[in-house]
Amino acid sequence: MVGYAETIHRNDAQTASAIKAAFERTRSYRFWKDRIAVYFLFLCAVCVLAPLFSILGDLLTQGFSALNLDFFTKLPKPVGESGGGMANAIVGTLILLGIALTVGVPIGLGAGIYLSEYAGSRFAFVIRFLTDVMNGVPSIVYGIFAYTLFVVPMKSFSAWSGGAALGIMMIPIVTRTTEQFLRMVPSTLREAGLALGAPRWRVTIDIVLSTAKGGIITGVMVALSRVAGETAPLLFTAFGNRFWHSNLTEPIAALPIQIFSYAISPFEDWHRQAWAGALVLIFIVFLINLIANYFVSRQSKMFAGRK
Amino acid sequence: MKSRKDGGDRLFQAAMMGFALIIVLLIVGIITELTRSSMLSIKHFGFSFFTGMTWDPVFENFGALPFIYGTLVTSLVALLIAVPIGVGTAIYLAEYAPPFLRKSMSLLVDLLAAIPSVVYGLWAIFELVPLMRTNIQPFLGKYLGFLPFFQGPNYGVGMLAASLVLAIMIVPFIISISREVIMTVPHVYKEAAYALGSTRWEAVRSIILSYGKTGILGGVILALGRAIGETMAVTMIIGNNVTISPSLFSPGYTLASVIANEFTEATGNLYLSALIEMGLVLFIVSIIVNMIARMLIWSVTQKQSTGTTLKPRAL
Repeated sequence: MVGYAETIHRNDAQTASAIKAAFERTRSYRFWKDRIAVYFLFLCAVCVLAPLFSILGDLLTQGFSALNLDFFTKLPKPVGESGGGMANAIVGTLILLGIALTVGVPIGLGAGIYLSEYAGSRFAFVIRFLTDVMNGVPSIVYGIFAYTLFVVPMKSFSAWSGGAALGIMMIPIVTRTTEQFLRMVPSTLREAGLALGAPRWRVTIDIVLSTAKGGIITGVMVALSRVAGETAPLLFTAFGNRFWHSNLTEPIAALPIQIFSYAISPFEDWHRQAWAGALVLIFIVFLINLIANYFVSRQSKMFAGRK
Repeated sequence: MKSRKDGGDRLFQAAMMGFALIIVLLIVGIITELTRSSMLSIKHFGFSFFTGMTWDPVFENFGALPFIYGTLVTSLVALLIAVPIGVGTAIYLAEYAPPFLRKSMSLLVDLLAAIPSVVYGLWAIFELVPLMRTNIQPFLGKYLGFLPFFQGPNYGVGMLAASLVLAIMIVPFIISISREVIMTVPHVYKEAAYALGSTRWEAVRSIILSYGKTGILGGVILALGRAIGETMAVTMIIGNNVTISPSLFSPGYTLASVIANEFTEATGNLYLSALIEMGLVLFIVSIIVNMIARMLIWSVTQKQSTGTTLKPRAL
């Protein structure tokens, strides 16, 4: 065993180099660990993006090759005949989204105004919590709810019930974004309005809402884009239809349902049409998102300018 | 004059409160409607509904265990895949990525979140399932075939394919919530770690991950809720087979997909009632999962907001 005294009396240079070597060893170990971590994390990001590029690539190649004028103007052909289109499903989706807007926007907007302008803390907490809960409820549950609420009493699948299911799904998103943007309106603006003698409801409508207009439109668009591609809540409400609907109390075609039934069918031609339908659906969803982005950037510029 | 203003105000406030109350009514409505409609099944089967293994519409004998099993297995496997990748990507974006990559990547992740479920299903049928059949599952069978999870015939469709597509679908949620949590880590902590000579990875592991673990866990549980309720993509590729098999290669069934497939074909009140009871189970589970997740995330943001109020504001 080497005594303590002997260690001190060892050659200084020898000690220094030993320490340095040990330091280098751990440093290079830590250095390489750091490098490996970077590559691993980068690999994670690549793993996330690979499916996205695969999906977008497929949509563009398969979808575009199946798109033609007939797709937008014709009804689906009967089984076995090739050709035809999804005109009824495209129109059906737009009608369903229209119904969803009329159901979801007033309720969401009103609740958002209430949360931001009037609510005391406890009731507001409950409402906020419930909107979070609604946001997390699986979409198929809304389908069942709309089924028991509308389809059973009316004894028919209908556009109304499908649109209502989608509209209910929009409510939590519209509520929370409305509240969030109304809170960003500076209180000095409200005070200025009140000081001029305007009642509070006029201040809310004419000053607060009009200041936060862009943000509210953003919230509505985000909610709309989320429900535009929903299939599960429509399966037993709107149900789908291979023909034109004659009124809104009948089953109505919708793009997502059509894509679903074509995708799981055994026919080559229907598969091609499913890709075309998916391309159109994605286009609608992205378009709505673009509108949302436009309004949110305008709104944030406005808030930034005010400060 | 004054009273008229008050009247308008009161009316407006009452109207807005009415809208807020509709939200309460909707939740109460969902609970009562689902309970009422599933009463027949609840009374008929009682608790044995959750332990029953047979699903026989002809003799009206319904047990939900295979579906509960399928839902849990696919969701958990999806989490197992998505959590490391999602958290890793979030760390890469927040700490390592150059600014141009950070911006374009978060745009692409948003894009991933915006793709509808049915389009994921379509893609999975024509890209993922063939890939599973020809490459992934033979590979797993060859090298990990001694485990019970990777045995049995290889169809391509099945629980592993469903788990993979679920993982792809929940990754954007995990990334965005993890990123938000990572943003809340105070810079001084990281700088302190660097000042002590730690490498970037050491700073990430010892500061960011330990500071943000509660919030990230909240995000993970939120993602679990999404995975449990996800319907279309899973229905299209899980194989729709009522079995309980340890092998991930085998076709399965989930709560949401059996509702989607059989709801409109359900003949007989008991059949429909059993399906609605499964919807009720999904609803209750989603509420519980969300409550836990929100509390975890809330506790993190709360910690952060008290931290900022302690700072001298006058400066």
